[in-house]
Amino acid sequence: MLFHQFGTRKARAGAIAAVFVSIALVATGCSSDSSTPAASDGGSGSSDANLSITFLPKNLGNAYFETSDKGGEKAIKEFGGSYAEVGPSEATPDAQVSYINTLTQQGVGAIVVSANDPKAIGGALNDARDAGVKVVTYDSDTDVEYRDVFINQADSAGIAKVQVGLIADQIGDAGEVAILSASANATNQNAWIELMKKEIADNHPDITVVETVYGDDDDQTSFDKTAALLQTHPNLKGIISPTTVGIAAAARYLQTSEYKGKVALTGLGTPNQMRDYVNDGTVTAFALWNPADLGYLASYAAKALIEGTITGAEGDTFDAGDLGSYTVGPDGVVLLGDPYEFNKNNIADFDF
Amino acid sequence: MSTLTTKPTPNALLTGLGTFLRARETSILLALVLVIVVTTIKNPNFLFSSDGFRDLLLTPSILVLVAVGQAIVIITRSVDLSVGSTLGLTAYLTGRLFIDVPGIPIIVVVLAGIALGAVLGLVNGALVAFAKVPALVITLGTLYAYRGINVLWAGSDRVNASDMPKDFLHLGTTSYFSIPLLTIIALVVLVAAAWYMRNTRGGREFYAIGSEPAAAELYGLKVTKRILVAFVACGALTGLAGVLYAARYGTINSQAGSGLELDAVAAAVIGGVAIFGGSGTVWGAALGAVLLLTINRALPILGVPDFWQRAVVGALIIGAIVLDRLLALRQTRKLRETRNDSHE
Amino acid sequence: MSNTVAAAPTRVYRDYGQPYWRRALVTRESGIIALFVIVVLAAIVGVPYFDQPITMTYLLLDVAPILLIALPMTLIIITGEIDLSVASVVGLSSVLLGTLHQAGLPIPLAALVAIFAGAVGGAFNGFLVTVVGLPSLAVTIGTLALYRGLAVGLLGTTAVTDFDPFWTSLAKSKIGDTGVPSIMIPFVILLIVFAVVLHFTPFGRGVYAIGQSSEAASFSGVKVQRTKFILFVLAGAVAAVAGIYYTLRYGSARGDNATGLELQVIAAVLLGGVSIFGGRGALHGVIAGVLLIGVLGSALRLANVTSDVINIITGTLLVLSVVSTSFLVWLHKKQPRNRGIKDGSHAAKA
Repeated sequence: MLFHQFGTRKARAGAIAAVFVSIALVATGCSSDSSTPAASDGGSGSSDANLSITFLPKNLGNAYFETSDKGGEKAIKEFGGSYAEVGPSEATPDAQVSYINTLTQQGVGAIVVSANDPKAIGGALNDARDAGVKVVTYDSDTDVEYRDVFINQADSAGIAKVQVGLIADQIGDAGEVAILSASANATNQNAWIELMKKEIADNHPDITVVETVYGDDDDQTSFDKTAALLQTHPNLKGIISPTTVGIAAAARYLQTSEYKGKVALTGLGTPNQMRDYVNDGTVTAFALWNPADLGYLASYAAKALIEGTITGAEGDTFDAGDLGSYTVGPDGVVLLGDPYEFNKNNIADFDF
Repeated sequence: MSTLTTKPTPNALLTGLGTFLRARETSILLALVLVIVVTTIKNPNFLFSSDGFRDLLLTPSILVLVAVGQAIVIITRSVDLSVGSTLGLTAYLTGRLFIDVPGIPIIVVVLAGIALGAVLGLVNGALVAFAKVPALVITLGTLYAYRGINVLWAGSDRVNASDMPKDFLHLGTTSYFSIPLLTIIALVVLVAAAWYMRNTRGGREFYAIGSEPAAAELYGLKVTKRILVAFVACGALTGLAGVLYAARYGTINSQAGSGLELDAVAAAVIGGVAIFGGSGTVWGAALGAVLLLTINRALPILGVPDFWQRAVVGALIIGAIVLDRLLALRQTRKLRETRNDSHE
Repeated sequence: MSNTVAAAPTRVYRDYGQPYWRRALVTRESGIIALFVIVVLAAIVGVPYFDQPITMTYLLLDVAPILLIALPMTLIIITGEIDLSVASVVGLSSVLLGTLHQAGLPIPLAALVAIFAGAVGGAFNGFLVTVVGLPSLAVTIGTLALYRGLAVGLLGTTAVTDFDPFWTSLAKSKIGDTGVPSIMIPFVILLIVFAVVLHFTPFGRGVYAIGQSSEAASFSGVKVQRTKFILFVLAGAVAAVAGIYYTLRYGSARGDNATGLELQVIAAVLLGGVSIFGGRGALHGVIAGVLLIGVLGSALRLANVTSDVINIITGTLLVLSVVSTSFLVWLHKKQPRNRGIKDGSHAAKA
């Protein structure tokens, strides 16, 4: 027979299962109804502004984004909006697209996103903007036409210069260095790496960059890649890791390796993750800025966009709570400030 | 007219040597030695630096444990695709125990990890043995489910290396007589498992069930119980591997162990464990694991970008099973010839 | 000799014991379809923002690759084999599309090359299974790694993302005002082709026969090896098509695209009533299975439930569906029922 029938029992079992699942689903739906942060349709509270802002970092489980998004949450609480954070577990662009689509469906006020790729998520972002959602990029930008405003933590050239300066100091301005990056497509990583290589070529002729490896912002991968680097390049003098996940993993490997103290490590790291390594000499100095400020500023920028105070054009100014007033630069870029150097002397003063 | 010829009694030593040389495990060992020699010639640090030697032994230790467990399951004609998720859960449990119960003795955590792994394996085993559903499907489902539970439990939190006691992390890198502790643990487990599989009735029954489940059933073997034991063993070993993973890497997020099941199955298959069960040894699986990871580490030194690792693994798996098939065909042909000869 | 000739046999075919309408409506597939409808209704009522047309659009855009690959996968599983390498073929075709595009080839030509490569990959699987005689589980685990490895090796971890917006918006375009994505057109065509082949051609009947017993099928004249080989080639080609769609829809060609997709396809196929042992199953159940998982995922995401709870549910559903089959078979066997011929023709033997 072409179709095989099994009789009533299967259908009964199926029906029972169906009832179960639908009960579960309705229960989820009901409970989520009360806790869903997205604004409900049909006016509530503020007259026209939909101040529901969702943060979409490169991936979840990343200490840097945890801090920045907490800063964003703090700002949102100050001005009475509603905060949510979603994100993929792996830092890939296609995972971010599903979340952007969901947010579009939910009709949030603004999305604050750190892009895993400058172009790949652009289509979804524009769909969101067409539906009235404002798009703010932070930490890692997309191409200009896909977002309204970009909050840049610091001037890219400045970030590159600081890191190159640190490694040059630590290796005596000569020798082989390698770069341990995050994911190969991340906009900010590639921008900084380009500028670092240029800075080295222009101002530090005795330093050569032998290899760039990618840890994908995954701890184990970064750990293993560090081991491979040290194996493959026996004359390596320094490693630059402009990603907080990478530098933490590399430091952990170096700490138990024979190269501790012989190979310098610097880059962008958070004080809490790096404290042990600075105190025992594995790492001398590294740089960052305050990620909480980044998220805080991004929230205020989103609010300004939603309320119509700014449109992202050059010269727009908006108020950013405790941080004061900020002006939008060319190409819709807002600059947070300058990078900050952490070392043994000041690392005890920070908690993030 | 046929004359009765007496075959000369074979020399035991030569037969033993012959078996050893022809054994699959030996060829894996040779391949391993070859890879190490070639890579060391290119870069002496691979073997001769203290880091290099330590990493050579340390990195595969975790996979060896999982591969041994996987081999036991495959020998009984099943497969366990959920080992990656099990490892993730037990590693996270380890971290959580250290954080939530300060001062907990390390041995308790180790036992807890093994116990959790055993329970997860029991779920798999029960479904396979009692529901008589192919293990492929069950463990596919539990692969999803366990990973989902892991992520649900962990949320977006991570266990950081700084959250765990220093002496536990120390276990991950410490060595005795320049052999890392993790490797010693893996070796002890390996020897125990190999002895069990070869010399005890329980172990032999695994082979019987894998060779021909229907015959095993008719013969009176308690097939259901044996399959349960196989899965529990696999789960327990993976649980132990999870604890060691936590000691080695220190930072555990909800994605720990993703994709490990492929490496474990690959290690077993390359090591001579037939996917249809009934043959192969845990020694082979362990050697397969070491070979696999050593090749991974050797590739960048040999100038091959490590992006090609996956392709190498795939090629090795296919090569191994094709080789097995050709050998089996040759074996059948030989047996047939012997049978035909003896009929004259 | 007894000259008792029984009266002209009233019925010489098996009596099912149930009226036709019940047999037709109460099947494994209809169970899944009913479950799907209930879940959709529950979602519309219970989940905010679900009942907009754009939900269906995004849903179909998301599950299109799974729908496509589920078609040949159903046939493969019915014959008792399995193909775990489909997601890796998706990745490989994605990478080929990207690299050829970078090399300057126009997209349609690059797509054709990618589809051809997918077919070659499937042919390699088929060769190892049919000619060399290896178990498909082992072979496709190997090719899963091999093809994925080739994909990642070719492109590293970078992604090619500068596709012409014409193609990326074509991938996401909809049919007129309906909100149904255009990718559904090729899908429906393929669905019709596969359904016709499976249910109305000797080839399709051969597929079922192989699943029931490949020896019996072979003796009955079914070309077992050729059939299996063709199915594997089809799986590779369709996976490559899904890969092209995936790449253009997300605008990103990466070596690790669609990792894990094979599990979702197999889960959906098994949920849809196809037996893992082979020999039974139908396409309408599979479509319902895919859509069920898709709707669950979509609804839960909108309800702000983490996407990994979705994984738990998928995994549990998969296990439940297969275990329930086993359980029902066991119950069935326990029943002391007369499964033989119920009519008077037995009497003729007396």
